[in-house]
Amino acid sequence: MSVYTIDHVSRRFGSRRRSTQALNDVTLSVKEHERWGIVGESGSGKTTLLKILAGLDSPSEGKVLFMGKCLDIRDRATLGDLRSSVQMVFQDPRSSLDPRMRVGDIISEPLRSPLVKGKVPADADARVAEVLDAVGLPADSQRLFAHEFSGGQRQRIALARALAPNPSILLADEPVSALDVSVRAHVLNLIDDLVDSMGLTLIMVTHDLAVVRHTCDHVGVLYQGTLVEAGPTAEVLNNPREEYTRTLLASTRLGHA
Amino acid sequence: MKRFTVLFGLVLAGIVALSALVSLVWTPYNPNLVSSSRYSPPSWTHILGTDRLGMDTFSRIMTGAQTTLVVGILAVAIAALIGVPLGIIAGMGRKVAGELIGRASDVLFALPTLLLAVLLAAAKGASVTTATVAIGIATIPVFQRMARAATLTIMSQDYVLAAEVSGTPRSMIALRHVLPNIAPLLGVQAAASFSMAILAEAGLSYLGLSASPTTPTWGRMLRDANLFAAPLQAIIPGAAIALAVLGFNLLGDGVRDYLDPRLQEVR
Repeated sequence: MSVYTIDHVSRRFGSRRRSTQALNDVTLSVKEHERWGIVGESGSGKTTLLKILAGLDSPSEGKVLFMGKCLDIRDRATLGDLRSSVQMVFQDPRSSLDPRMRVGDIISEPLRSPLVKGKVPADADARVAEVLDAVGLPADSQRLFAHEFSGGQRQRIALARALAPNPSILLADEPVSALDVSVRAHVLNLIDDLVDSMGLTLIMVTHDLAVVRHTCDHVGVLYQGTLVEAGPTAEVLNNPREEYTRTLLASTRLGHA
Repeated sequence: MKRFTVLFGLVLAGIVALSALVSLVWTPYNPNLVSSSRYSPPSWTHILGTDRLGMDTFSRIMTGAQTTLVVGILAVAIAALIGVPLGIIAGMGRKVAGELIGRASDVLFALPTLLLAVLLAAAKGASVTTATVAIGIATIPVFQRMARAATLTIMSQDYVLAAEVSGTPRSMIALRHVLPNIAPLLGVQAAASFSMAILAEAGLSYLGLSASPTTPTWGRMLRDANLFAAPLQAIIPGAAIALAVLGFNLLGDGVRDYLDPRLQEVR
């Protein structure tokens, strides 16, 4: 079944006369348990797309179907469905964790939401300890503040928050690009394992094709707001049809050679 | 050097607070006790001398500290309690709400404290209360703007988006994330507004728009002093006002310096 059906979605910012086209007529379908990597350079519209999927933004044109229903973030019922099953990990954990909240409160925030319903565990404290364990942090981390942790650990906290309400879909916005190179692989493997063990659908935005190769079974290539190519990872990366995908591949090969 | 100035501010503010507290239970003389020794110079019986009605200046300065503190606290409280929520709404809400609040704030900002105080005094009769309310209302725009600007910075942080993805209602985001994170900035603003309020009240007292003659306040004492007959009786309350304002300003600056590195870290 299709989790997300993105139907001719465009997004413009700014006034009518001077506007930027962040997304241009994007059509894509994400099925359950697929792991999508959305790649593109800075300004290609990948974060905008992710924000629309997370219900943080709305398309200017076109529509997004979530679980077969049209996603309207002003409608409480559909938004409730979305919040109950979709969680997100942000790029920079220094910005995505409130510096004045304790880790326990940060992680339990989605559990205290009036919008999140259904699968939420009754005992919030037990759930926090459970997800902390799942991301490989000691249970007594709860009482500490985010700035007392390293970058990699902070991203684990962000991941724990996202997993706390038992989501079925995980959105990730460049989840490792703000981290030290040495811990990237750890966090990426952790995401990999958790997506596996919890049976999640993953949509991850990145500019790093190596990350896509490692984690994703499907890939979409965004170029200046247009989805130029999409399909199974092996197919797209080994046999690219589009000129831009080839350029992207060539540039990363240079970087990794 | 920084430490010294903060300490100096702390000492000055401490003296004001201490004399206000002590004056509640003890002053050398009843501050309103009229005696025959008018304009007497400082002596062992009257440490700071007496005024034109023979009232003990030291006792009146001590008691005046009460008014100074109460006016400062209440005026800042009025301004913050109204200004901060409006500022947060302006920073978080729809563009229309933000514009409306912003323009209303501009209008209020254009209204001088003095005019408000005259209006209130005309309607209700001049008292410390009308002066405090006038100063408080006139300070609302300051807090509103400050809170709005700070809220806009916080709203661009990812943890607000994360809270939204977590299904946290906007009102809870305001209380749980925005307010605690803008609190340090508001604290600095409160210290600065506090000393402004003290100065404003002294000014209004001097103009007779605040305390009644029986309430000893520093501004009132300044007004009643005769610079030619007894210059000291004008210098003493003037110095008290200046030192109290200086003290709270230095204290505010100290808090700001202390918070600066943290603010850079947040950004």
